[in-house]
Amino acid sequence: MSATAPAGALSIEVAAMSKHFGALTALDAVSLRVRSGTVHALLGENGAGKSTLVKCIMGFYHADQGDLMVDGHVVEVRNPRDAARLGIGMVYQHFTLVPSMTVLENLVMARADVPAVIDWRAERARLNRFLDTMPFRVALDTPVSGLAAGEKQKAEILKQLYLDARFLILDEPTSVLTPQEADEILGLVRGMAAAGRLTILIITHKFREVLAYADVVTVLRRGRLAGGGAVGALSVDQMAALMIGDDRVAAVTERTMSGTGPGAVRLAITDLAVADADGMPAVRGVSLTVRAGEIVGIAGVSGNGQSELVEVLAGQRPASAGTVVVEGEVYRGRRAETQRHHLALLPEEPLRNACVGRMSVADNMAFRQFDRAPYAKGFWLSQAVIRAAARDLITRYRVKTPSPDTPIASLSGGNVQRAVLGRELGGIVHILVAANPVFGLDFAAVADIHAQIVAARNRGAAVLLVSEDLDELLELSDRILVMSEGHIVHETPIASADRTAIGRAMAGH
Amino acid sequence: MSDVALAANLGLWTVPIAVVGGAIRVSTPFLFVSLGELVTEKSGRINLGLEGTLVMGAMSGFAGAWLSGSPWLGVLLAGLVGIALGALHAGICSLPRVNDIAVGIALMLFGTGLAFYLGKPLVQPKAPTLPALPLGWWSDIPQIRAALEVNGLFVIGLVLTPLLRWALSNTRWGMIVRMVGDSAEAARALGYSPLRVRLAATCFGGFMAGVGGSFLSLYYPGSWNEGLSSGQGITAVALVIFARWNPVGCFLASLLFGGAVALGPALQAVGVTAGAYLFNAAPYILTLVILILSSSSRHRIAGAPGELSVTR
Repeated sequence: MSATAPAGALSIEVAAMSKHFGALTALDAVSLRVRSGTVHALLGENGAGKSTLVKCIMGFYHADQGDLMVDGHVVEVRNPRDAARLGIGMVYQHFTLVPSMTVLENLVMARADVPAVIDWRAERARLNRFLDTMPFRVALDTPVSGLAAGEKQKAEILKQLYLDARFLILDEPTSVLTPQEADEILGLVRGMAAAGRLTILIITHKFREVLAYADVVTVLRRGRLAGGGAVGALSVDQMAALMIGDDRVAAVTERTMSGTGPGAVRLAITDLAVADADGMPAVRGVSLTVRAGEIVGIAGVSGNGQSELVEVLAGQRPASAGTVVVEGEVYRGRRAETQRHHLALLPEEPLRNACVGRMSVADNMAFRQFDRAPYAKGFWLSQAVIRAAARDLITRYRVKTPSPDTPIASLSGGNVQRAVLGRELGGIVHILVAANPVFGLDFAAVADIHAQIVAARNRGAAVLLVSEDLDELLELSDRILVMSEGHIVHETPIASADRTAIGRAMAGH
Repeated sequence: MSDVALAANLGLWTVPIAVVGGAIRVSTPFLFVSLGELVTEKSGRINLGLEGTLVMGAMSGFAGAWLSGSPWLGVLLAGLVGIALGALHAGICSLPRVNDIAVGIALMLFGTGLAFYLGKPLVQPKAPTLPALPLGWWSDIPQIRAALEVNGLFVIGLVLTPLLRWALSNTRWGMIVRMVGDSAEAARALGYSPLRVRLAATCFGGFMAGVGGSFLSLYYPGSWNEGLSSGQGITAVALVIFARWNPVGCFLASLLFGGAVALGPALQAVGVTAGAYLFNAAPYILTLVILILSSSSRHRIAGAPGELSVTR
């Protein structure tokens, strides 16, 4: 195939593109010019229109207005196949490789002209010839489900290049990678752009990546073009200002040291082992302690046992071995135990793990307390008390909801998280377990929720914070542990925390 | 008289011989329904309506053979009716927020009801039955001859099993079906339409179930009546899960199940009548035991297509 396709980077221009979803304007006359052989960053918060824009380019959506030009010619892209024919490829945030199939099977099936009967030996030879021309390789016979996130990302990129993509869109490519993997992959694609082989459009919200790898940046805010320019010409503060506009951002509460430092051990986990949904060991002998008044951060690439660890603490999954001791008593995740020890929980994907979507905000906020006085009077619940308590929490935690009776699923992600935060932190808290508490939220919500977590710590709560975002952990934690393949492989107090050492531990080295 | 004498001569050997013969005979509908359902489930959808398709296939296959005089035309008609019912299932499931299991149960009742209604005039007549291959010609013993009287559909199923296994990993169509069943998102990103692939896969499942049904009315027992199916369609759906979505597994599971069904009558033939009802329940007990042994409350079933609603 490479014999016929002209090798070389494409340039793309989007002219005054608009897209409406009902009453919502997702994209409002956005123009964008990506020169060939450059790395162009598309920066913006969640909901700023970045995804809508690239989905219009890829043909997933059809823009209401505006043109797309490839190498100066106006083209019509009706679906992703059209885009692929033009040489435009995209690596999605959620990988689009079939998990049960091998890399070889995935790459061959991605071709536009898969033969009716597949000659695997010939395909393998052809793919090997292609891989010989690439700066990196991936094992062909491993099922994709068995690849690490960085390897999957490489396989995705190889897939696009195998399809002769000459314009590559990367959607938040580093969100599941260790810092080293992210550097390696971005370095590789940057090298290919510099060699004139590819043009890269990278969607991100990380300034570090923009500064290190992009040539040009375009910032979107609320569906509009907010600004942009050459990367050297803009400071981080300027980019941040373009991204968030006039929104007020709460300052992060300082971690204040009480005179004595961290207090008594509130949460002690010893030799904990947990199996995942497939019955494979996910947590293998984890021991850790969290003291009153400290935030212990757990870093790690997603899928290294952190979710299973949190699920055990939440009572959602049984442990196969080991003990969890809370305030000196064995803890099994029962409701009575969480109430007695004032254990609060902010699980990831709160709508799924901590809420009943179709029940009202008020009911969801009462889940921890509804069966006790004053919410319950004997057999009967008092809706008046439930609603009054919810109103109080809604004000205190600034939950934007039309009313306490609105189904919680209709709230935005940030407001669902605030509602759960209010429920969990509204009363006395001795222990707080939080998992990726700000995933997918905008600046204002992130700052708000971080402030609440630090405030709980300053009031003396023992906090276990699990996050895939290393910057978040470095900002909030008193101590950082790194989890890799179910083990704690690294531990450091925040004062001596080193990004490189943590990254290396995340990768299992 | 001579049969009884021979049975006595063979002694307890009668039981395994009868079980083998019975297994081949009884397993045929299971094999067809489960191979078809395997393809449907590989595409990420489950069709519980195959019980209804099976009964419709039995009725229409019988009607086709009776009207045309050719049993094979009956089989073809049964398959076409199965395709129509499969398309109905897939069509309804293509609508947003429709659950495939609920649609399946509705179509199971619809198919059986419709077959009973349309099949009323078919209870009396006699239709030509499917031919059998006398693979026991080398033996003088009538039991062995009877046991190895292998029907043509079984042979087709036997050939289809490795063919399907090969096709699922070596043809474009097989790979697309697996892709859609394991990650609809990935398939969509490559420009394949999961709904259309599932429509085709469900139609194939319907065709196979219809053919499996025609076996009941055209070979064994070989007539049409309302008590023809004793849940073969729904059992075959369970066999697919038990066979871990592997065609060879489906073949072996069907044989095992067929053998278990044949065990009761075989034992009665040699005079073991105590607990006859219990032996007749053997296949169901076997299913329960195997499903309990191979399941776990803690983890998903290995090998399950990722998009399948029952295993998510």
